Amino acid sequence: MPGFGITLGYTLLYLGLLVLLPLGALIAKASGIGLSGIIAVAVEPRVAAALWTSFSISLVAAAVASLFGLLVAWALTRYDFPGRRIVDAIVDLPFALPTAVAGIALAALYAPNGWVGSFLEPLGLKVAYTPLGIFVALVFIGLPFAVRTVQPLIADIERELEEASALLGASRWRTVWSILLPPLLPGVLTGFALAFARAVGEYGSVIFIAGNLPYVSEIAPLLIVIKLSEYDYTGATVIATIMLAISFTALLVINLLQAWSRKRFGYV
Amino acid sequence: MGIRVAGVTKAFAGAAALHDIDLAVRPGELLALLGPSGSGKTTLLRIIAGLVEADRGQVFFGGLDATTLPVQKRQVGFVFQHYALFKHMSVADNIAYGLRVRTRASRPSRAEIRRRTSELLDLVQLSGYESRFPSQLSGGQRQRVALARALAVEPRVLLLDEPFGALDAKVRKDLRAWLRDIHERTGKTTVFVTHDQDEALELADRVAVLNQGRLEQVGSPDDVQDHPATPFVMTFLGQAARFPADIRDGRVLVRGKPVPVAASRSQGSPFQLYCRPWHLKPTAPGQGHQTGTISGVRRLGSMRRIEVLRADGAKLEVEVPLATSLRQGEEIGLEIVDGVLFPES
Ligand SMILES: Nc1ncnc2c1ncn2[C@@H]1O[C@H](COP(=O)(O)OP(=O)(O)O)[C@@H](O)[C@H]1O
Ligand SMILES: [Mg+2]
Repeated sequence: MPGFGITLGYTLLYLGLLVLLPLGALIAKASGIGLSGIIAVAVEPRVAAALWTSFSISLVAAAVASLFGLLVAWALTRYDFPGRRIVDAIVDLPFALPTAVAGIALAALYAPNGWVGSFLEPLGLKVAYTPLGIFVALVFIGLPFAVRTVQPLIADIERELEEASALLGASRWRTVWSILLPPLLPGVLTGFALAFARAVGEYGSVIFIAGNLPYVSEIAPLLIVIKLSEYDYTGATVIATIMLAISFTALLVINLLQAWSRKRFGYV
Repeated sequence: MGIRVAGVTKAFAGAAALHDIDLAVRPGELLALLGPSGSGKTTLLRIIAGLVEADRGQVFFGGLDATTLPVQKRQVGFVFQHYALFKHMSVADNIAYGLRVRTRASRPSRAEIRRRTSELLDLVQLSGYESRFPSQLSGGQRQRVALARALAVEPRVLLLDEPFGALDAKVRKDLRAWLRDIHERTGKTTVFVTHDQDEALELADRVAVLNQGRLEQVGSPDDVQDHPATPFVMTFLGQAARFPADIRDGRVLVRGKPVPVAASRSQGSPFQLYCRPWHLKPTAPGQGHQTGTISGVRRLGSMRRIEVLRADGAKLEVEVPLATSLRQGEEIGLEIVDGVLFPES
């Protein structure tokens, strides 16, 4: 294969210098205090609460974004409606928008006196400055990943497969469930993994809407920033290392699921 | 169960695809729907299946008016040109799909489904392939799975849209004989779309010829070949040369010389006489109805074809015995010994 040496060399260099080196430094710094030290930080109530907030909300938000993303991708690919191209372009907005801008906009929208917030307030729903606000911001950020990973797969589905299923007597729901969804599953999982990874690391769009109440709506990345501003470098790197470990495990699990679904449904 | 299509008309975005089609398929018959690409074959088949709604007209299965019956309830077996197999399901799961999606009340037991699946695998000669996936099969095998899947639900009728269109010549030939065999064994009323004349004429009990959304003729392979109803059928089913002709005193004349073709009326002009390569016979130069120079001699199976170049540049194909002494460059005359007469349109 021409260029194999160059591409492999570049890949390894990139992986080494830009990914592994910083991560290695992080782990080296954190391991300075030993495993018992790391566990001691992890069980600090404020740290534990922040980690729980970050990961649990990210997981739920990524799941919801995947589901919505599937619906949005379906509508954009399968139906022609006025303004389809505009909607299609808007999907990418969360990619392009500086996250702080997104955060400020969302906070303004969902604040008790904001456009959306003022309608939810009478219903007893508080979004801004609560964990629900974090969830909303993370769904917003995750949606484009979910949409863009399944969209090409939906476009690839042959119409004749649906027709064949209907001709064999299957109801519309049965066709969706047995014929259309299985080949999309690997793509949905990829979108879920990307949305989850992004959500865990998201900072800018969250801190403006979260309210950042310790033990309630404080996310782990914010706690790292707080530790840093207090010159507690060890505390910051330990939290970062714990996040790294959890994220790595989560992505590994998702990848295994994906490999399984490819094997099960991805035969092409 | 027979199929009857009555007065079916369909237009796509203003462009007519089918004009007022009336067609009756007899119970147990294998009917070929033959026509050039774009003539509306697929559209007609899809209307029968309920995949496309006709603008006007009705579809009957036996005595049942199926016009408004949704696809799921029509119980037709349909085979697509590109198989449309479910790629994430094994061969056995593909075949069993139509039985598994039934409501609990009408669904056969698991054991029964397994029995039917293996019976069908046997019928399409794919026993031992049940756990393969479609990606692990050849084109011909995929199409056989598609047919087994369609037959699994015991359809009222079987519809095939260019089922061999995506396969290579050798496999096509094999599958023709095999389809004929399956048809004889199952006795299902079958409509089979093709643009290949040989396929239609070899396989079908009757052939329906479609051209630009109109039915030109429906008849047995002998009928459409020996008594084509329109010039289109004549030219679409094979090579044909065309000569201006007149009728005088009950005799058909080409260039003033009589030809042995029955006249449809006693007087008139203009007419066109269509001749197959075996309707022309070489004779001495200056004799017969045509003259020209032999520009090529080819072998075609057990016969030879000579190509005759007329002075005006037109080329005529003539069939001669294998042991002919005719050579390229020779000047010859051609006698018209048979043909089909049509009024000039
Ligand atoms: N879904 C469709 N939308 C628009 N035009 C169509 C559609 N399906 C078929 N047509 C048109 O109808 C005519 C007949 O098509 P079709 O039935 O596919 O012909 P065939 O199968 O004989 O090749 C063609 O001119 C084709 O372009
Ligand atoms: Mg077609």
